[in-house]
Amino acid sequence: MITLDDVTLTFPDGASRVTAIDRVSLTGRAGILTGITGPSGSGKSSLLAVAATLIRPDSGRVTIGDVDATSLSRDDATALRRERIGIVFQQSNLLPSLTAREQLQVMAELGGHGAGHRRRAVRSRVDELLDAVGLADHAGKRPAQLSGGQRQRVAIARALVHEPQVLLVDEPTSALDQERGAEIMDLIARLTHERDAATLLVTHDLVHEGLLDELVTVVDGRIVAGAPAMGAVAPAELSVARAVRGAMSVEVSEAVPTTGA
Amino acid sequence: MFVAWRDLRFARGRFVLIGAVVALITLLVGFLAGLTGGLASQNISAVLDLPADRIVLQQPSTGQPSFSESSIDADAVADWKQAPGVRDVIPVGIVQSKAKAGGTTAGVALFGLPHGSTSSTLTDLAPAHADEVGLSAGAAKDLGVKTGDRVSILGARYRVTIVGGDAWYSHTPAVVLTPSTWAKADRAMGGDGSATALAVTGDPDWSAVADRTHTAAQTPLASLAALDTFKSEIGSLGLMIAMLFGISALVVGAFFTVWTMQRSGDVAVLKALGATTRSLVRDALGQALVVLVVGIGLGMLVVVALGTLAGGALPFLLSPLTTLAPAAAMAVLGLAGAAVALRNVTKSDPLTALGSNR
Repeated sequence: MITLDDVTLTFPDGASRVTAIDRVSLTGRAGILTGITGPSGSGKSSLLAVAATLIRPDSGRVTIGDVDATSLSRDDATALRRERIGIVFQQSNLLPSLTAREQLQVMAELGGHGAGHRRRAVRSRVDELLDAVGLADHAGKRPAQLSGGQRQRVAIARALVHEPQVLLVDEPTSALDQERGAEIMDLIARLTHERDAATLLVTHDLVHEGLLDELVTVVDGRIVAGAPAMGAVAPAELSVARAVRGAMSVEVSEAVPTTGA
Repeated sequence: MFVAWRDLRFARGRFVLIGAVVALITLLVGFLAGLTGGLASQNISAVLDLPADRIVLQQPSTGQPSFSESSIDADAVADWKQAPGVRDVIPVGIVQSKAKAGGTTAGVALFGLPHGSTSSTLTDLAPAHADEVGLSAGAAKDLGVKTGDRVSILGARYRVTIVGGDAWYSHTPAVVLTPSTWAKADRAMGGDGSATALAVTGDPDWSAVADRTHTAAQTPLASLAALDTFKSEIGSLGLMIAMLFGISALVVGAFFTVWTMQRSGDVAVLKALGATTRSLVRDALGQALVVLVVGIGLGMLVVVALGTLAGGALPFLLSPLTTLAPAAAMAVLGLAGAAVALRNVTKSDPLTALGSNR
């Protein structure tokens, strides 16, 4: 589970500071795919960066499992990412010199304590994960030999190979066509449920909304709407959920500060 | 080294190129070092071969001592011999001249050394009688003579009784005479027949005795600075080697700086995924070390091969000092150059991996 509790993040802007995230509270639970949407510049990616321990917020707390990530040193935050967090970037961000299999194996070669144990554990999962993302036959190919969708699949497998508690996904379909994008979203939803990861997924594309278990909307650094998404509810309750979200979308001024978890 | 090895394999063209550059610089450095060593050996091997803790030369009233101008009178020799702590003093006469055998003339360094001194390649050449002469291998080869043949020096004829190992002084091979014969030869050349230097062993108060006798006592290695030809030769060749070392460090540093900048995106991604800075630094330096070891190794193999071939025709010295030492220095300097590129690794911000367009 990942919890963001009253998180605020500002950036310097000349003599003053601009607020990127404004007192956001959010919980991502194991096995739940939480979508974070909002217009460009609304703070979605900043929220993800804070969740990924890549930026320390000005105030508030980020808890991953039982660890307060905001109190960690830079090295400890790096170790936390290595052990408990999986990240899927907007672009696949694969290393050009590594084959698909090696992109996953590299997760056991990042240094730190317990490298030997991690290596054995990762090795045992690499082929199974490549199979799970449909790339068992492409394990020996480098990024240049894979299509955009295949590269993103490798990136998803890489993010999951060390069995993270938290999966953070940043606009994974932005560089893909609609069909490939749908496949990737399907894959992320399926793996989130199968592997019991708490997934936060930033997207501005609500075409795939049906796959999300929960959805929060961020505007100007604030969560203005949050409710169980369609994927999280039984078909009979869909109309109720739609009605709730519809009501929220017209009452943004009375935003719910946290997800409806 | 997981990513480093795969980068080496993936970008093998670039790494082969920089490896070849390192190998070529190593070839230059190694060949120059071997040549410098060979030339130095032909300049100084006889001096270094003297059995001495210190070499004593005349201290001129101004300037530095010089082998070519030094002359130590009998009083100073006696003073050194009587000084407490001195075990042995060998007066050594050195002067450059010519020797003839049949129709062959060769430049030689005439050494006057007493027979039966502490054994060394040079002192073993010292003849027992005034009409005899000992030749170093180089002198025998240049004159085309062997034991039992006769050579002529400054009009006097001597019988070759000993042909020994290699001993050189100022690029001329050593020929050893008895002290009295040497003094006669020195006087024939305008000298006063006094010893040029003293080879002193023991543990006296070096500076006190030196001050009293107006001499300078230096270790054999330090005394080489008193050889004018050696000083100028080693100075210019040493400068060339030092510049090649500098070029090597710059080239390797520049390559790895550009290379690391090219892969700064990868570094940011690895950091975002949880890579420790230490592991990334280890990867980067390991990669540089592989390139350096392979490049330097290949370069040195060629140096050894060429050195072995050229040894007969050129004054080329193949020894750890002219192969392993420059190779180690190049590796260290190359790594230092590569270490400059590490700033790009340590300062890389993992945040740039989020939303980066690669």
